[in-house]
Order: sequence, then C-alpha cells, then structure tokens
Amino acid sequence: MEKAIKKYFPIFILPTMIAFAIGFVAPFLLGIYLSFCKFTTVTDAKFIGISNYKKILGDPVFIHSLWYTALFTLVSVILINVLAFIVALLLTKGIKGTNIFRTVFFMPNLIGGIILGYIWQLLLNGILAHFQRTLTYSSTYGFWGLIILMCWQQVGYMMIIYISGIQSIPGELTEAAKIDGASSRQVLKNVTLPMLMPSITICTFLTLTNGFKLFDQNLALTNGAPSRMSEMLALNIYNTFYGRTGYEGVGQAKAVVFFLIVVIIALVQNKLTRSREVQQ
Amino acid sequence: MKLKKEFAVLVSATMITGMFAGCGNSNDKGNSKPKSEDAKSSGDGKVYYLNFKPEQADQWVELAKTYTDETGVDVQVQTAASGTYESTLKSEMAKDEPPTLFQVNGPVGLKSWKDYCYDLSDSQIYKDLSSDDYALKDGDTVQGIAYVIETYGLVYNKAILNKYFKLPDAEVKSIDELNNFDALKKTADGIQAHKDDLGVEGAFTSAGMDSSSDWRFKTHLANLPIYYEYKDKGIDSTDAIEGSYLDDYKNIWDLYIKDSTCKPSMLSSKTGEDAASEFALGEAVFYQNGTWAYNDVKDMEVADEDMGMLPIYIGVKGEEDQGLCTGSENYWCVNKNADQEDIQATLDFMAWVVESDDGRDMLANEMGFVTPFTTFDEYLPSNPLVKANDDYTKDGKKPVSWNFTTMPSETWKNDLGSALLEYAQGTGKWDAVKTAFVDNWATEYQASNAE
Repeated sequence: MEKAIKKYFPIFILPTMIAFAIGFVAPFLLGIYLSFCKFTTVTDAKFIGISNYKKILGDPVFIHSLWYTALFTLVSVILINVLAFIVALLLTKGIKGTNIFRTVFFMPNLIGGIILGYIWQLLLNGILAHFQRTLTYSSTYGFWGLIILMCWQQVGYMMIIYISGIQSIPGELTEAAKIDGASSRQVLKNVTLPMLMPSITICTFLTLTNGFKLFDQNLALTNGAPSRMSEMLALNIYNTFYGRTGYEGVGQAKAVVFFLIVVIIALVQNKLTRSREVQQ
Repeated sequence: MKLKKEFAVLVSATMITGMFAGCGNSNDKGNSKPKSEDAKSSGDGKVYYLNFKPEQADQWVELAKTYTDETGVDVQVQTAASGTYESTLKSEMAKDEPPTLFQVNGPVGLKSWKDYCYDLSDSQIYKDLSSDDYALKDGDTVQGIAYVIETYGLVYNKAILNKYFKLPDAEVKSIDELNNFDALKKTADGIQAHKDDLGVEGAFTSAGMDSSSDWRFKTHLANLPIYYEYKDKGIDSTDAIEGSYLDDYKNIWDLYIKDSTCKPSMLSSKTGEDAASEFALGEAVFYQNGTWAYNDVKDMEVADEDMGMLPIYIGVKGEEDQGLCTGSENYWCVNKNADQEDIQATLDFMAWVVESDDGRDMLANEMGFVTPFTTFDEYLPSNPLVKANDDYTKDGKKPVSWNFTTMPSETWKNDLGSALLEYAQGTGKWDAVKTAFVDNWATEYQASNAE
C-alpha cells in the first residue's frame, strides 16, 4: 500500500500541480516580468528596466499605507488570536449548546469580504450617525471599523483551529498536572499553551498574512477615504494600477515589493513561533 | 509526530480556506462575462461592444439582438459595472477575443488606448457626424467618435421654487431673476430658512461624497473654474492650472454643503441614490446632475413638467449669459488589433445604429440620448432636461464646454474629492483643496506624460 502510494503519487498530485502552475506560478512570474515594463494590457508590454521601482520611492502615500497596514496587522493579529483562544477555551468546557455556539461563531466566514464590508459600513454608519459622524470622517474610525469587521469575520475560523488543538491534548497530561496540584491557571500556562503551539503557529500565520493582504473589506468599508488615509497596501496597489495613465507598471512593481515584505514577515513569524513548539 | 500534526492542521486549514475562497470569489464575479463561444456566429465578422453606461445596459443588449436577427451578425454587448470600465477594459483587451468596439472618455482616456484605435476617418459613421468637435483626432486620423451629447446643470423642482417665489420675504421673485450666483445664494438661503413652510429638507440635495456621487463635484463642478480659466487664456488644455477661479468654486461648494438636506459631517456616506431620491421625492429643490439622471427621477413625486435645469452659477462676471454644461465623455473607438472581418462588422454595426430606424429609435427614445449625428433630425428625446438645454441654446446662452476631460488623471480627481470632503466636514482647510487643484495638476500631468 505504502509503496503503491509512493509510486503513483505524481499522478495523484498532477491535477493540483497543473492548477497551481496555471493559477499561481504563471501569473506570478508574468507579474514579476511586468513590474519591469510599461504596458496598458498585459499582453503587450515594453521592457523599461527598474524605473517603475524608482517611482515607488517618491510615493508618500505608499509609505503611509505600509505603516497603516503594519499597525492594522499587529492589532488584528493580537485581538483575533486572543479572542479566538478565549472562545475556544470556553467552548471546550462542555457548556450546553456548544455545537450551536461553534456554528454561530463560524458563520461569518461564509460571507464574502465585499458583502461583509458593505454590511458593516451600514451598521457602523448607522451607529455613528447618532453622533453626526461617518466611518470615513477620519482614518481612525476606518481603522477600528476594519478591526471590528476582521475580528467578527475571523475569530470563528481561528476558534475552530484552536478547538481542534485543545481537543487533541491528551487528557492524561491535564489530569496528571491536576493531581500534582496545579491550579487551572497553571494548567493553562504550562500544559495547554505549550501543547497548542502548532495551532498558534498556524493561526498567527493566517491572521498575519490575512491582515497584510486585506483588500475586499478595505475597498468596501472605506475605500481608502478620507484622502487615502485608510488605504491599505493591497488597495494602494490597485489604485496605483488604475489611477494614472502609464502607471500600470508601477502598481505591478509595488505588488512585487509587497510580496517580498509579506514573505519575509511570514518566514520570521514562522521561525519564531515554531521554535517554541514542544515535542509531544 | 509534531510535524505530522502540524501538517494535518495546515492541510485542513488550507482546505477550508480554499472552500471559502471559492465562496468569496463568486460574489465578486457578479459581472462575469458569458463566453462568446456560447453564441452561434453566422456571417464573417463578430462585434463585441464593451459598453460604458450601465444605465442603458439592457437597451444595448436588446438592440444587439435586433441587429443579429436582421443580419445574422453576432453582436455581443457587455457592460462594465459602474466605475470599473477602465479595469474591465484592460483585462478584456488582453483576452483572445478582445472588444472590437470600446469607449474612451476623452483626450486623457485616449492616451492609454491610442495604440489600439482604428482610424475611423473613412468610416460611414464619421461621415454622419455633424461636426468635427465631436471627434477625437490625432493629426488626420480619427480615433474616437462621440455618440452622445450630454448636459448637466442644476436640476430644480419648479413647483417648490414657485412656492418660494410667492413667499412674502422672498428676495428673488421669479426664475428670470435667478441668473447669477448672488440670486442663487439668496434663493437657496431663503429656501433653507423656510424649509418647514415649503415642506422640504433643504435647498440642495445632499452633496454626497460616496464614490457613486463624488464625481458630481470633483469632476463636473470642478469643470466650471477650469472652463473660465481656459476661456480667459484662450486655451483648451494645460499642463499647469492656476486656479484663478477657485474662490468661486469655494462659494458654490459652501452653498451646496450649507443649504443642504444633511449636515456636512454626514457627507462621506451619502450616495448618488440618496441625492436622486431626495430630489425625486420633493425633499430638496436643487440637484446638480445631468440629462442622464432623468431616468432615475422620473415617474415619482416630481412631474416631468416640474423639472427644469439651471446653469451652475459660481459668481463669475457676466455669467448671466452662461448656459448649461454640454459635451461628451463617451467616444466610440474601434479596436484595430481585432480581425479585419470583425472590424468591418463593427463599422457596419455602428453605421446601422445611427442610420436604421430601429437603431435611431432605440438611441433617441429608449436610451434618451442626444446624438451628434446628422441622421437624427427627427429623433429627439422626450427628456425634459434635454428640452431645458434646447431652450437655453435658443435664448442665445453660451454653453459651457466639458473641459474636465483634460483633467490629468484619476488620481487628481480623487485627491480633489478627498480634499473637498475634508473641507466640508471640517477636518481639512480650503488650502488643501487649492493644493489638490493647482499643485497636483502639475505633478499629475508630469507623472502621466513622462516617458
């Protein structure tokens, strides 16, 4: 059996590999090439060297977006993971109706980002209207609006991952700790958390990259208003691409820079959290 | 063990993500295109028209069907969702079967696409054009042809306005006196002060700065200071604007946000629909928009005969003779990279649209277009806003041309819109608007034109 799988595995992964090559590798390589070009449509591009990259340096809005996105990611990673972990802990205590709660918390994930964005825009504007304000009054409102939205959307998803992690902790470990006289706080700190590190790695990775890549929700909720002050990186790239004649390549160059940033941060994060995982 | 477990978690996580990614995407693809393979093609060439105007999407599909039934030539019509024309066009153009007929919005829009434009100087449709003013030319080649002329101004509700004129303390007593900025301001202030007596929420509809509405101010209203500056200098485009009429721009903007149905701090979330419904339900008297808005406001509280359109007065000397803003930002271009047969089919289709009875009837009566073609003499739309424009022209008022097509880039417009909004809600100064208007013009012009 094992042998047969080893022998035939290229055939099994072939469909996925083809899809991956067409849907990911090819556009990715084309994208890198285009970042060195001047073009209107992607099929006729003219190579112009690195001048697209030079133009990024003189773009203050891009730098602002970078910091705004970094701050957003930091806050959202912490909030989402802490909330998801708390909810997961509560829902593994055997409360009545646990399954209903889990389903309800997970539901927001089933809604697409654009729709979520518009729904929350209505909700938040409805509340802010009492104070004669709107979401795009200042970028601070947009920031916290986005944080609320993302927490609402992602906490349930991360919760599921944490729950499966908590459930796979062997019962005897917790039991042994309790017999040794550990308080529930000590159990949490010395047994649950270390055993959960693989889940934490995954969850922080997902929330981190989601935060950086955020586009739909940003577009729908504030669309960068006011004055592009709530514009995050992905939206900034999009707006660069379509904002001016002849700036398609600059948008593409920004996308490549963006890719590098996300890769570096994700690698560093992975290394950090992984080093804290324990052998079971 | 550890690795295996982590792997399992990762795999299940990606699987779930994949599932939902699938879900999410299907929402975004609301305007996905039916494949042209589905349609049977007879005849030699095919036409694929990428339409800019969502207001007339259904009519174009119907017209295409009529043409196919009549001639057997396959005509596909796709309409880009509002505000996404440029992005849709860019991706459609890169496909194997690109649009054969597409639109640009004027000289600046043409810059991106000039390498794709077929020379229309020998085409039938160019011969039908009433004036060269409506063609986009590059030297001797004709690259784009306008197919609709539009007009905008201050749409107003005659019934409520007359009610105001009859008030004992009204400072302006008739529509004839309402022919300059001072009179407009007095009227608007008067209506605002008496809004309860008149049963309205405000003089002007909300000057919404949502993306469905902000073009009315960052583009259309901004046309007036540009127009007067060009007129003074006798030019029709520039690489650096001075902003000599910005104070007037400020005056009218102040009026819009002060005598309005809502507080300025609420503007950022007000949409185009909000403004249209406020006007259509008789909650406001003035509504800055154009002939195309008629479809959105007709058949509601405001009867057709109560709709009029005033020129937008901003306080320039001699503006009593100013007419409405008339021009076009819809130019047809034929894709020269398409197959020769398809190009010919497209040219035939265009000629049919402006010459056949079906085509003319559809354009004039169903879509409500005023066209720049000589073939349309008997086909004039019933739109009251169009008639208002005819009256001004007959009175010898000078129409304001559409100079906003020379605005250097989308970024310029967006930055101006943001500055206007921040000024309105009190988080920014008027100086920021000046900077966005004057300084950005030069930088954006250079950025877009640098090689």
